[in-house]
Amino acid sequence: MTTNGTTVQNHTITALVRDKPGVLNRVSSMFRRRGFNIVSLAVGHSEEPDLSRMTFVVEGDKRTIEQVNKHLHKLIDVIRVSEVSSDNVVSRELALIKIRATSETRSEIIQIVEIFNAKIAGVSPDHLIVEVTGDQDKIESLLGLVKRFGIMEVMRTGTIVMERWIGHLHEQQAGTKRRSWGEAASV
Amino acid sequence: MGIRMNGSQLLCESLVREGVVEIFGLPGGAILPLYQTLPEYPQLRHILTRHEQGAAHAADGYARVTGRVGVCWATSGPGATNLITGIATAQMDSVPVVAVVGQVARASIGTDAFQETDTTGITLPITKHNTLVMDPLEIPQVVKEAFHIANTGRPGPVVIDVPKDVQTEEIELPYETFDEYYEALEIDLPGYKPNLKGHNSQIKKAVKLIDEAERPVILAGHGITFSGAYDELRELAEKAQIPVITTLLGISSFPDDHILCVGMPGMHGMAYASIAIEEADLLIALGMRFDDRITGKPSAFARRSKKIHIDIDPSEIGKNVEVDVPIVGDLKRVLTKLNPQVRGNTHANWLHRIEELKAEHPSHNIRDAEQLLPQLIVRELSEVTEGDAVVVTGVGQHQMWAAQHFTYKYPCTFITSGGSGAMGYEVPGAMGVQVGAPDKAVWSVAGDGGFQMTMCELATIVENRLPVKFAIINNNVLGMVHQWQEFFYDKSYVATAYTANPDFVKLAEAFGIKAMRVTDKVQVRGAIEEAMAHDGPVVIDFIVEEEERVYPMIKAGGTIEDLVEEPDFAPWEVAR
Repeated sequence: MTTNGTTVQNHTITALVRDKPGVLNRVSSMFRRRGFNIVSLAVGHSEEPDLSRMTFVVEGDKRTIEQVNKHLHKLIDVIRVSEVSSDNVVSRELALIKIRATSETRSEIIQIVEIFNAKIAGVSPDHLIVEVTGDQDKIESLLGLVKRFGIMEVMRTGTIVMERWIGHLHEQQAGTKRRSWGEAASV
Repeated sequence: MGIRMNGSQLLCESLVREGVVEIFGLPGGAILPLYQTLPEYPQLRHILTRHEQGAAHAADGYARVTGRVGVCWATSGPGATNLITGIATAQMDSVPVVAVVGQVARASIGTDAFQETDTTGITLPITKHNTLVMDPLEIPQVVKEAFHIANTGRPGPVVIDVPKDVQTEEIELPYETFDEYYEALEIDLPGYKPNLKGHNSQIKKAVKLIDEAERPVILAGHGITFSGAYDELRELAEKAQIPVITTLLGISSFPDDHILCVGMPGMHGMAYASIAIEEADLLIALGMRFDDRITGKPSAFARRSKKIHIDIDPSEIGKNVEVDVPIVGDLKRVLTKLNPQVRGNTHANWLHRIEELKAEHPSHNIRDAEQLLPQLIVRELSEVTEGDAVVVTGVGQHQMWAAQHFTYKYPCTFITSGGSGAMGYEVPGAMGVQVGAPDKAVWSVAGDGGFQMTMCELATIVENRLPVKFAIINNNVLGMVHQWQEFFYDKSYVATAYTANPDFVKLAEAFGIKAMRVTDKVQVRGAIEEAMAHDGPVVIDFIVEEEERVYPMIKAGGTIEDLVEEPDFAPWEVAR
């Protein structure tokens, strides 16, 4: 998809933020106000006490994503912002999918679930609840395959990502900080 | 044993430590404990406004003229919401303001209690930061950080929301004196470290572009004022002989009577300034943000030029206009590093071309007319005061005429609501400016529309013996809207005529203010001189020609091809 000749695609951005009341509101308010489009958002505690980590999947062209980064930085409670490229990260999302199931279809669904290394998290006479973890593509393909049985409900956590350590070990040994969009550049 | 204090005392003590002297505000139930503590702090002067919007605008004007943080107080609910226009104005123009707002008691928050409003929620998108204080022990830390955030980096407003019972709760500090405690507090903002220095290699790239440019222009914005980079701007301009164009808020950051000054560009800017930008091969944008009133259609703005953008806010870089060399940093510091590296230059051909443009496009001319023209009033004001006055305006036609026809010679002498464009700024804004600059002549160039929005503050002005002079440019119409209706809505003048304006002379006199009415151009100078000679506030009601329009004009979202210099004038033909 393109607008003005620039490519619009999904970008993953993580932000280390202060774990204070209202921080999620500040962040989401900024996205709303500036018209940035969030595809998914996941929030949880980080490895450091009093700090949370947010993972955004944001849709936009290069210029928009640059503005997203800068405006995230500008928030006083946001400490660090990194844009993660897809080739050096572990990217995961958890989804719970309630699929309509009859005695005829149940075993077929279970076969598909096994291929995806997913789990049956709940069973009832008329449906199965499937628990699947993986990157967005994997979840999308599972959803595509079970669609014909009838999807009753979907719950997704949103993507979280973690960078692999290969490059960082080098940087850390060299005594340099990890490369990010610059620390604490709020103004 | 530590010293015992309640939340209100902690707040006042903290304000005193931050050097606060003046507070603009209006009390109410939820902030009463704080107000009742004021008599213990005679060093804090409270100025009781008639409306909270007045308090916020006054704090804003005070901050703009002094460079110090302006402070306003208001109660919860309607008190807080009345501040909003003023806070948004401060945010848009990057003005350091700290607003302390009362809130309902902690237990009542979220219950829709009397005069409860979600102040931090409402002000979130229009503040640099805001905080709801839920523990009195946090107050000193929050105040210290609020002042730091408000007046460092790109300045802006900070709101501190304090529940009533936090104001009254008494706590024991772990120190024997408040001074010791406040001294020991450390600012703990790991997410806030403005980049001030400017990247050396970027500066080098900028120097190269400046040295190579044949037709450079400087675009100076509000950042010059905040950074105090007047001398550095002048040094750069003079050393490399670069013409200086000032944005609306950049006006007075470079002397208008300087040979290199080209004035304001854009929608109602000088035609020659807009054309100079179009013809330039290098734009050096200093502490400005490529506002749409300057750029018109961003993709068609300054098409021939490379662009250097120096600003303290990284999010402004590339926001509206793509630039070639961005430098994030404090202007004074960046220019101090950049100036010595720039080669001296004359740019004789380019400066000659600028003079030619000025001669061919005399945007400063006032037409010969029988009627009293508003531009003439501003011109006379400029001459009588010799530029040694602070001009504060509202928003609209009079604001543009004040920007165009006054010769600003000294820093911080033009104060106006730029980004927000808040009509009504002219009365409380001028009041705050006069409080901050008691020895300066302060002239409010007001519109009859805006004046009526906030004229209740005349009472505050009298009460506090502030000698503000008001020049009401009275055309009995919402002039700028009227002008747009003429140009863009086929002269369909809907809801812009004021058919029953009050008698401003009698009105001012009712407030106890000396007032005059001027209807003829021969009376203008005498009235201004008489006002200047009076040691109290004065209101002059200038009845001006209603159908006068602001020119030049480039329509919103337009390009240089849309420039209209005078009615019946062909738009300027851009050299292709």
